[in-house]
Amino acid sequence: MSWCGQVLYSGTAKGTVLRLEAPISFWGGISPDNAEVVLENHPQRGVKITDKILIVPNPIGSSSSAAILLELLYAKIAPKGLILGTNKDAILPISVLVAEQMRWNTIPIIAMENPTFKSGEELEIKADGTIHSI
Amino acid sequence: MLELTREEKAILNSELATTGDKTALSIVVKAAEMLGAKRLVKITSSHIDGCLYHGDSGVLFCENLAKNGAKAKVPTTTNVGALNFIKTNQAKLSSEKLQMAQRLMDAHINMGCTPSWTCAPYQIGARPKKGEQVAWGESNAVAFANTVLGARTNRYGDFLDIACAVSGRAPYYGLHCDKNRNAEILLDVTDLPENVKGEDTFFPVLGSVIGRLAGDRVCAVSGINKITSEDQLKALCAAAASTGAVGLVHIIGITPEATNLPHVFGNERPKEILSIDMDMMKGAFHKLSQTKQAGKIDCVALGSPHFSISECKKLLEVSEEKDFKVPVYVCTNRHTAQELKAQNIYSKLERLGVVFIIDTCVVVTPILPGSSGIMMTNSAKFAHYSAGNTGYRPIFGSLADCIKSAQNGYATLNYGPWK
Repeated sequence: MSWCGQVLYSGTAKGTVLRLEAPISFWGGISPDNAEVVLENHPQRGVKITDKILIVPNPIGSSSSAAILLELLYAKIAPKGLILGTNKDAILPISVLVAEQMRWNTIPIIAMENPTFKSGEELEIKADGTIHSI
Repeated sequence: MLELTREEKAILNSELATTGDKTALSIVVKAAEMLGAKRLVKITSSHIDGCLYHGDSGVLFCENLAKNGAKAKVPTTTNVGALNFIKTNQAKLSSEKLQMAQRLMDAHINMGCTPSWTCAPYQIGARPKKGEQVAWGESNAVAFANTVLGARTNRYGDFLDIACAVSGRAPYYGLHCDKNRNAEILLDVTDLPENVKGEDTFFPVLGSVIGRLAGDRVCAVSGINKITSEDQLKALCAAAASTGAVGLVHIIGITPEATNLPHVFGNERPKEILSIDMDMMKGAFHKLSQTKQAGKIDCVALGSPHFSISECKKLLEVSEEKDFKVPVYVCTNRHTAQELKAQNIYSKLERLGVVFIIDTCVVVTPILPGSSGIMMTNSAKFAHYSAGNTGYRPIFGSLADCIKSAQNGYATLNYGPWK
């Protein structure tokens, strides 16, 4: 199976899906120290997002979230790729632009409506924005 | 396709523009491409969220910009930093982290930002007029600028905010454009009892409901006849922007662009109409507390967004000069603090047991003792973020309940209509 999304930041990644089961703001929701979900009452509290293909169906919350993702990129504990359900703000993708300026690691970011990928699936993101199950 | 003006192309190619200016503009251009914008828009002010320390990466980027000659081209205020500049030992950061937090704040000053260090720039004179194009960060300030002032901004996250300030431009998309400011969803509170709508807690609770229902959509609220203070609108906006990605709420008959219902929907039918009932409101009220214990509390935290002068006056008045048994942290900005000192309110509140947190706040940087406890607050935003950021479990209540609880040393709640 393959899907096509809108490329927000081009790159390639191969990895296991982690789907955020409830909306989360990266700031206040993800620890910049160890990439763990720390939001109280979140069903995935304690789960690490490092090296996953992270599905964020509904990005919410603080505009500081870019700083948290940049810190994860700088510390090399970021997800391998991001698939966002909406593209109404550039809060998360902007950190990858900054990482590029600083010549740090970057990751592909794709936007697509209603991404249905489930945690545990294996996916490959290609530079043209196509997503393949493997 | 994004089209740049001759001036914009010239900056990107000019030998006269600094490297910092070019980097900033190229980030704005790339962000505009990501967002599908067709052009950039000139802005008249910026509010920077990126001056709060979250890790070394942001410091290195901002220092790099500053070192390369980036300068803000429009009046630019700064959001809270990670330390109280006046009492630097208040933030329990290691000396390395304190130094990095300070370096980040300094980098912004070096780029020409006004050192305001507040999440409520609208309280200190940064008040763009209706229709003005601006680029603001900090979710509550964004919601306030759009909703209450009628200015036009998207939620500019860290780094894009300073890139906009330095380039004097923003991607022309989203809430900058007329058509995207129309509401999509209507929340009707007409049937809620009027006495509930008069409660101060009504506004943060309604804001939490709005955030959950609207998500990132522009929403309109009908059925509110009266709002008595800007602090109430502040509380509503901050709550809506923490439970959802809300950037603009039209309160029919109250906020500047919400003259009437057909107008806010661009003369089209609302895509969704929801009637808000008391059960939903009570559910949202109780969700703001994360402990059932009606016992001892460790502190009260006020001022997210930053406590205003009128809120400080109310705190003093309702306290009736009865001392607090637990610390009452009042988070505010240096301008408000100065005014409170001039009016002799600052020292009176300190004598009661208020601990002022200036330039920052208790959930964005480690200030509270230990890593767990019970915090009472009247702020939906504190309630939303405190457990994750500080380990303190929140109990949400009115300002009067917060004060009574601080005076008793244990949670004393008059649930009123929320029973």
